[in-house]
Amino acid sequence: MTKTSLLSKFCLALVFVFLYAPMVVMMVFSFNGTESTYIFEGFSLQWYEKLFHDKVTMDALKNTVILAIVSAAIATVMGTLAAVGINAMRNKYVKSSVMTVTNIPMMNPEIVTGISMMLLFVFAGAIFNKRDVLGFWTILIAHVTFQLPYVILSILPKLRQTDNRIYEAAQDLGCPPVQAFFKVVFPAILPGIIAGAIMAFTLSLDDFIISYFTNGPDFQTLPIHIFSMTKKRVKPDMYALSTLIFGAMFILLILMNVAQSRSDKKQRRKQKEES
Amino acid sequence: MKKFFSVIIALVVILSVFTVPVYAEDELFSAETVEYYKNLGLQGTVLNVYNWGEYIDDEEIDVITEFENLTGCDVNYTTFESNENMYSKLSGGGVSYDIIIPSDYMIERLISEDMLLPLDYANIPNYSKYFDSEKYGHLVENDISKYAVIYNVGTTILIYNKNYVKEVPTSWKVLWDEQYKGKVLMFNNPRDAFAVAQFALGQDINTTEKADWDAAAELLMEQRKSVKPEYVMDEVFIKMESGEYAFATYYAGDYELMVENNPDLGFVFPEEGVNTFYDALCIPSAAQNKKGAEAFINFMMEPEIALANAEYIYYATPNKAVLENEEYSLVDSKAVYPQALENVQAFHNLPVDTLQYMNSLWMKVKGENDAQGLYVAFFSVIFAVAVIIIINILKKKRMKKYYEV
Repeated sequence: MTKTSLLSKFCLALVFVFLYAPMVVMMVFSFNGTESTYIFEGFSLQWYEKLFHDKVTMDALKNTVILAIVSAAIATVMGTLAAVGINAMRNKYVKSSVMTVTNIPMMNPEIVTGISMMLLFVFAGAIFNKRDVLGFWTILIAHVTFQLPYVILSILPKLRQTDNRIYEAAQDLGCPPVQAFFKVVFPAILPGIIAGAIMAFTLSLDDFIISYFTNGPDFQTLPIHIFSMTKKRVKPDMYALSTLIFGAMFILLILMNVAQSRSDKKQRRKQKEES
Repeated sequence: MKKFFSVIIALVVILSVFTVPVYAEDELFSAETVEYYKNLGLQGTVLNVYNWGEYIDDEEIDVITEFENLTGCDVNYTTFESNENMYSKLSGGGVSYDIIIPSDYMIERLISEDMLLPLDYANIPNYSKYFDSEKYGHLVENDISKYAVIYNVGTTILIYNKNYVKEVPTSWKVLWDEQYKGKVLMFNNPRDAFAVAQFALGQDINTTEKADWDAAAELLMEQRKSVKPEYVMDEVFIKMESGEYAFATYYAGDYELMVENNPDLGFVFPEEGVNTFYDALCIPSAAQNKKGAEAFINFMMEPEIALANAEYIYYATPNKAVLENEEYSLVDSKAVYPQALENVQAFHNLPVDTLQYMNSLWMKVKGENDAQGLYVAFFSVIFAVAVIIIINILKKKRMKKYYEV
């Protein structure tokens, strides 16, 4: 165990303060009795109430969450299949060129991806003579596109770690290939899949530029909605919204960490008993 | 266990967004109004509305929901934050909005590029009933009224804090006064900011002369050096209300919003002139539901709706029913409804090369002094990294020598 000096502890505290101070201020002011953002006058839940009555914001939030979940699910499934396929490639040149192509959406600046996807959709729409092609499906396709590289990149290392002979051994023992995959390989790469899915979900929730270019009149996400509030002030019900989202994520993460540490303890106990 | 909990939490978060209560206040409208909208036959159609952010009432009366209840139409309401972004979304193709609400100069541009549909006023009976054409008709002359119905009118205004400014200012030039260094808030968009400088110089704010724009840019850069203003848009609310700034340039109605939270604020319309603007409802040429759009324009002019919007947005409305309504709280406001303003100028659409020139000048004005600090920081980082690398190389060489004994 390395001894952490006082200086490094102080640095750590400073980092946490910088990371979380804005969140804490915002959470405190979401309970503010008045509209002001620098004087805290009285505790009240009025902004939460106003938030739930604000139809446009609630629609935007619903759209954002639905889009994030659906696109993360699709990207995870596609990414898993792609990763398994890429891992099984024998030809080095094909493998590296496929990896390069996969990495392009990740390396590209988001605005390039956004504009090029919009142009592609408009072009496709012109071919099929559809004037209002931008909408939920286009933004979904765009999100899946930029999430794929991250999912693939979090699954591939896990795949490389698992021993290929286990898969062959399972088939030797009589499993059909698909079942062998699900019973043997899938549990081994599950941490990578989950990490990829969470990454995809977060990226989609957060995305502004690509959503801005590919969204349509019937589907507005939360970042775009908040961005359009730059002429009039941002109302404190936005603080309430952010507090709620932050709270939900925080609780989720705590639960996951608790569960993770419990399963780690179980594994360690098992290993001790076996040795 | 963890999966169970995370599923529960996720469900709670997701389901909570569906709890949106909808008020159905049908006592708001008379029976004939309700009949009129019901008989339009818009049930089941879709209407795409593209408006500025926070530019429609959703507190007192949820305007969109009321429209949906009356007509049976399904409204998709999305928002934009600047005329230019709205224009690029429209011109990019692939979207069809039925109602857009651009500003004056953008409407002129859209008309000149044939991107708007002419309105059929037979479907907008409230226009002749309620639109105050004596006061505001001149804003939409020259055929603009064929395509647009004014939603809000406003002007720019100079807001000052009485604690810092002892005598009432009369001119835009007070924003160049060095005693207010660090306490001035300017517009953070090129046209409005240049307009302030152009008024101070006595120019036409729609000039196409490069020399005029150069002079205005010079003045703005001088202001940057001597007064160090901050360029803000919606942050102006928090900043002026905090009482730490002496001056702000913004829009007239927003003064009323700010003075509610900070009574030390005053306003003035400088003698060189102010910019007047209006936002109007238009129908773009790619619209799929023109009938629904015209019904929406008609609906926005209903007295109750126009009153609710005017009370929410705080800008001037051209609706006679609102101006004559005793309950309208802003009718006496000298900021929102100024009497006899002189030297009022409106923005017109500028030719493309003037716009590009203005944008390049704006970048120069904003980017002036920041570059120096950045270069210093950048090179010192490179230098520090180089030093560390060299030290490491030297260390390794020394260790090699030591081990080769």
